[in-house]
Amino acid sequence: MSTLAKLTRRGFLIGSATIAGGVAFGIYTVKKPHANPLLDGLGEGEVSFNPWIKIGSDGIVLITPHTDLGQGARSVQAALLAEELDLEFGQFRTEPGPPSAAYWNTASGGEGVPFTSHDRSLLAESMRGLVGSVIKVMGLQVTGGSSTVPDSFEKLLIAGASARETLKAAAARKFAVAHADLHTSDGNVLLPDGRQIAYVDLAAEAASIEPVRPKTLREPHRWRLIGKPMPRLDIVAKSTGTQVYGIDLRMEGMVHASLRTNPRQGGPMLRHDSSQAESMPGVSRVLELSNGIAVIADNTWNAIQAARAVEIEWGPAPYHPEMAEHWRELGESFVEARLDKEWRNDGDIAAALGGTGDVLELEYRAPYLAHAPLEPISAVVQVSEQRVDLWVSHQIPRFAQDLVSRMTGLPVEQVHLHNQYCGGSFGHRLEFENIRYATEIAMQLRGTPVKLTFSREEDFAHDFPRQIALCRARGRVRDGKLDALDLQIAAPSVITSQFSRIDMSAPSPDSQLAAGVWNTAYALPHMRVRAYRAPNLAPVSSWRSVGASTGGFFLESAIDEMIVAAGLDPMSERLRLCSEPLTRKVLEAVAELSGWGSKLGPNRGRGLALVESFGVPTAEVVEVTWTDRGIRIDKVYVVAEVGRVVDPVNFDNQVKGAVVWGLGHAMNCEITYADGIAQQTNYHAFEGMRLYQCPEIVVRGLENGDRIRGIGEPPVPPAAPALANAIFAATGMRLREMPFHKFIDFA
Amino acid sequence: MVSFKLNGAAVQVEVPERMPLLWVLRDELGLTGTKYGCGIAQCGACTVFYNGQAVRSCQIPASMLDGAEITTIEGLGTPEQPHPAQAAWIEHQVAQCGYCQSGQIMAAAGFLAMYPNPSDEQIDQVMSGNLCRCGTYPRIREAVKSAAVKLREPS
Repeated sequence: MSTLAKLTRRGFLIGSATIAGGVAFGIYTVKKPHANPLLDGLGEGEVSFNPWIKIGSDGIVLITPHTDLGQGARSVQAALLAEELDLEFGQFRTEPGPPSAAYWNTASGGEGVPFTSHDRSLLAESMRGLVGSVIKVMGLQVTGGSSTVPDSFEKLLIAGASARETLKAAAARKFAVAHADLHTSDGNVLLPDGRQIAYVDLAAEAASIEPVRPKTLREPHRWRLIGKPMPRLDIVAKSTGTQVYGIDLRMEGMVHASLRTNPRQGGPMLRHDSSQAESMPGVSRVLELSNGIAVIADNTWNAIQAARAVEIEWGPAPYHPEMAEHWRELGESFVEARLDKEWRNDGDIAAALGGTGDVLELEYRAPYLAHAPLEPISAVVQVSEQRVDLWVSHQIPRFAQDLVSRMTGLPVEQVHLHNQYCGGSFGHRLEFENIRYATEIAMQLRGTPVKLTFSREEDFAHDFPRQIALCRARGRVRDGKLDALDLQIAAPSVITSQFSRIDMSAPSPDSQLAAGVWNTAYALPHMRVRAYRAPNLAPVSSWRSVGASTGGFFLESAIDEMIVAAGLDPMSERLRLCSEPLTRKVLEAVAELSGWGSKLGPNRGRGLALVESFGVPTAEVVEVTWTDRGIRIDKVYVVAEVGRVVDPVNFDNQVKGAVVWGLGHAMNCEITYADGIAQQTNYHAFEGMRLYQCPEIVVRGLENGDRIRGIGEPPVPPAAPALANAIFAATGMRLREMPFHKFIDFA
Repeated sequence: MVSFKLNGAAVQVEVPERMPLLWVLRDELGLTGTKYGCGIAQCGACTVFYNGQAVRSCQIPASMLDGAEITTIEGLGTPEQPHPAQAAWIEHQVAQCGYCQSGQIMAAAGFLAMYPNPSDEQIDQVMSGNLCRCGTYPRIREAVKSAAVKLREPS
């Protein structure tokens, strides 16, 4: 499996994109590689073999174009490049690199197609290829959808191998030896006579050599880094307060800004009076923005204080102002006119649920949720006559660049985005509000670098939340087995809402509306899944695991209720229903890991859930105790099938973080609207999980599949239903609405 | 004008009386290791030592600074010479985004100075004042325990 020809066939360089892509764009357009963006900025004596590697006399720079949002993207990309290049940690620097089409995401097409991840048919693969070629031709550089490792794995190994072979070719020429007699180790080319030539000393020679394409990649047993614990490149800086985040930037002549815009998202500003704010300490100006105001001051604190002092009358929200109307709108959305897509229709659902006998009629609710990463959003922007510089962390840097280009009227090439480290995202940094407003301010203060910092309250007010969703399910058990399930979901379309904010239309149907549901590996004789789009709701955004974060709760709650109704064991019935061999192994592993079936003490219960998102089947078993202070989560067992665990330490950390994320929000959090304004304004009303509620979490990654998958999101969706199912097992109380703390206390 | 000791050195700043220490540190003195997360003492990202006590710097107005001794994450230890709590944080690879970790480490260091041999319950109780949105809590627990050991048995 390690020859490049096989890798190529699996989709990296050409793959199925040619089949379908040829139709859409002409084969040439699709096959043509994007130009290497590093070539423009090379210094004296520097060489770049491909968009990921730059070598000069002052060292080796590895470019890591996937944005590090805290998920360790910087380290994992560097390790993949260093593997075949025979570099050790400590022998290179990393940079995020410029936004470029060369960094188009080869893996982000998979989620957008109406085929399960297990479907390898020609049609399914062709459709993935077609979506992939659109992404390539668009040059869509995106960090999201747990795609960093799937996108990077083969391409960065190839990039490293290519650079290594080119350096060997340079050494062969410089020292008049045969290429085949050369080896590499620790950042050196080893000559047959035992001399070691540092890569950096070969840069000049290598610059005149056409990059060599490697013939093979190494067999996994030869890997030095992949699969072994890695030290995160940023771990020392992040443990000593020396990591610089976007919000920490300071530069010569910089002014500080803070803002207020209509908390009724998208509504106008009707009137404002800034006279008091203008006289406050440190304030130099109050500027008008497209739907709000910004204060310019000598420090962040003065700017935030003065922004609060501006008297403003806001216009109405362009959506239902009250929460009850949001739920009513969702309830009225289960109609043909709002049907976005019927994702699945197996057997004869009408017949199976008709006639006499007990039909379970179930309704589930999932609330809006904020991303609320701990670093409030910020941006530094400087607009000059000839260029714009933008220092910010963003997941789609070329879209950010494009937005600023349109706003300033300067061509995209003159918009320079310097991607920053950030204090979390969870999807928040797919949005553009900080960039949009910082640019509006900087355009009014040409030449001056402006740092815009949102107050936490403004961040909450403008955190486009996770979609609200309502599910209606009807199920029937026949002859002691699960027989029929009709599951219908109504929600606003995240993709449509997100794209509309950058004036783009989104493809329809929205595959996230029923994500984590329609692609289930459970083969019931009769199963239908329908997704409906609900209008007039609050603007929404991608929130860690997106559609599956609500869909997984709906599916695995309904399945669990049916299993209880049938009097079956939650594990054995799921195993019986599971039609995919890889997914079965996930269930079997979590059963073994958690000691499923062993006796628990009084007032205790365990719950199981299995959800596949981003191609990763993930099963979780949650154990709880019903104490006199409420439910205590004792332990969580997680098993996920990812094909390959690249860094076991980061894998473990990501899985645990995702479980905490999934559980904490399911227990404690919601965003609700009153008078069109989000009622939760800071962490006192939106805590997520705090440490005392955190259970012990036991993690196992499986490597049975032949495709490498990402792990940042997949452990989120099973957490909420596994907890609800455990609470039912311990208390007999069935929770069908999140957050659960509205119905039961947590210790 | 207020005068205080910051990480062992005397400093003077001219700022409004109500300006919180958090912003004095970040914007006036350029020490950005102390983080702004909520501004209302809910998240703990801005935790520093005020006369040896771990406090939320967003709640300490400049008027309280005269004569005070302040220690920030930068004064606790350095990349070259980390404090035992920082060393434990590095060893356990606690950080994901890392934005809360300055505050977590300051809270842990302050707490361990008072309770060198804490119980699991005490760790849970004290460290629950600091929010981590990435969910690094299992590693924070391990790192606090291992920092306690390091502090009890200095090398």
